[in-house]
Amino acid sequence: MTATTANFTERRRMTPAETIADSRVMAVRQLRKILRRPMYVGYLFVQPVIFVLLFRYVFGSAIDTGRVSYVNFLLPGIIVMTAIFGSLTTGLGLTEDLAAGVVDRFRSLPIARSAVLIGRTAADLGTNAVTLVVMLLLGVAVGFRPSQPAYQVVLAFVLVLAFAYVFSWISAFVGLSVRNPETAQSIGFIWVFPLVFASSAFVPTAGMPDVVRTFAEVNPVTLAVNASRALMIGHGDALAPTLGTLAWLGGLLLIFVPLAMRAFRRA
Amino acid sequence: MTPYAGTAAIEIEGLRKAFGDVVALDGLELTVEAGTVFGLLGPNGAGKTTLVRIVATLLQPDAGRVAVLGRDVLGEPLAVRRRIGLAGQFAAVDAELTGRENVEMVGRLYRLSGGEARRRAAEVLERFRLLDAADRRVATYSGGMRRRLDLAAGLIGRPPVVLLDEPTTGLDPRSRQELWSVADELRREGTTVLLTTQYLDEADRLAQRIAVVDHGRVVAEGTATQLKAMIGGNVLSVRLADPAYIPEATAALATLAGADQPRVDAGDGEIRVAVRTPGASVQALRRLDEKRVAIASIEVGQPSLDDVFLTLTGRPADPEADERTAREAA
Repeated sequence: MTATTANFTERRRMTPAETIADSRVMAVRQLRKILRRPMYVGYLFVQPVIFVLLFRYVFGSAIDTGRVSYVNFLLPGIIVMTAIFGSLTTGLGLTEDLAAGVVDRFRSLPIARSAVLIGRTAADLGTNAVTLVVMLLLGVAVGFRPSQPAYQVVLAFVLVLAFAYVFSWISAFVGLSVRNPETAQSIGFIWVFPLVFASSAFVPTAGMPDVVRTFAEVNPVTLAVNASRALMIGHGDALAPTLGTLAWLGGLLLIFVPLAMRAFRRA
Repeated sequence: MTPYAGTAAIEIEGLRKAFGDVVALDGLELTVEAGTVFGLLGPNGAGKTTLVRIVATLLQPDAGRVAVLGRDVLGEPLAVRRRIGLAGQFAAVDAELTGRENVEMVGRLYRLSGGEARRRAAEVLERFRLLDAADRRVATYSGGMRRRLDLAAGLIGRPPVVLLDEPTTGLDPRSRQELWSVADELRREGTTVLLTTQYLDEADRLAQRIAVVDHGRVVAEGTATQLKAMIGGNVLSVRLADPAYIPEATAALATLAGADQPRVDAGDGEIRVAVRTPGASVQALRRLDEKRVAIASIEVGQPSLDDVFLTLTGRPADPEADERTAREAA
């Protein structure tokens, strides 16, 4: 009985090694859960696949992308959209854990509280990586042909993964603030849709009305999509949108990691 | 025996917590001696769960002091978390994972090595008779099995203080019995258990000391015997041959000298009334006979904790019975 208590030195804070160990347990838990629900993984693909088919074979013929074929224009946009939709599962999953009382159990244990969010976002990063690879392969199947060297395609992939990771933290903050799975789901679409559609993901921003275009041009989704396009198919300049995306991601991370942690402590 | 015997495992002073206008805890005071099972008894909304959440460092109090084995919940929350195990009414386990994975995961979070977590997981699973189902997904478990698994997870770190928040609410009688035997075992091992319950028989059966909580305060505290003595008399229980006559019988028994308001058990139709005069049963028989009410059985006995609760709070512990009494009275 005393042995357990004696195992713990009475430090008041966790060491980084302990935080990493706890985060690992949390990440393994999440990945195991996902692997046990293959239908759930399938569900992650439904929306992006519909969008690929819809834009590639229905709307695409009516969208003028100049010298670039529409399918080459579209795929980088689809990839970024898939990343954002994938990150929504972070917040949704946390609200489910809250409702099930699992979060209470974790918070009553002598663990680093940040580990729950660090582990969760890390696991979701892994899931997103798999989803993005599948979407890229689907893109190739419908005619997407990256023209740039492989290392650039990999760079674009890493940039979009970083994008997904940062958006997981935003999604975590939103989920932990609203607390209810249904609300998290509908709120998710409210903040995500304008970002995805008022961007260069599906159509060039040049033809948009002034107000929308102004929003679209500073939208991090536009920057990430433009960077990926430049890196994968050589469409436009790569450096400026890449730096812009990184600046956005750094700023968002600085704001939303502490906000999500605070929401977790209060949830 | 426990190294903490004779000292206070949980000390609570002047605890207050409000959610908006709703006061959940209103200056609650409580001391739980180490190595005992302490029952916190009260109806829904009495503040029991709020109290457990504050002791478990999940919620911050508005005012007051709470210490677990001398560690303040606000000053040293991590030290408190190292000393407690929590099992609640909601069975916080992952349905997609197996029972073993759930328990081992919590073991790892208590910083056990992989091997030690596996060994202890097998140990607690066996103790809760879950070894056969250990490698099945929790989704296939019954409600009672989930609750036992939740408790197993709470105990894998061998915490000296265990908080059980309504562990048997909604369980079938057999699962309740099983959880009860675990609580007995914990006490024998010297673990301090703070148990909340709305079931008086549960507190009577498990706890050495019981605090009755109502509106966020302790309204009475003592052993089950002491609490029963507060009624200061015996309880007359009557069963009728025909339940249709319950209203007449209740009205007749209400006129007994020195008797409280009779109460009808929603489950079996038994009428119970606290009586203080020695000849009460004879008197009751006469009253019922005058009304031509046929009696199946009548006995005078020790008051139950239900009777105590009614006397202390002016209403039954069981909301269903509450409704029933209201209907009968109308």
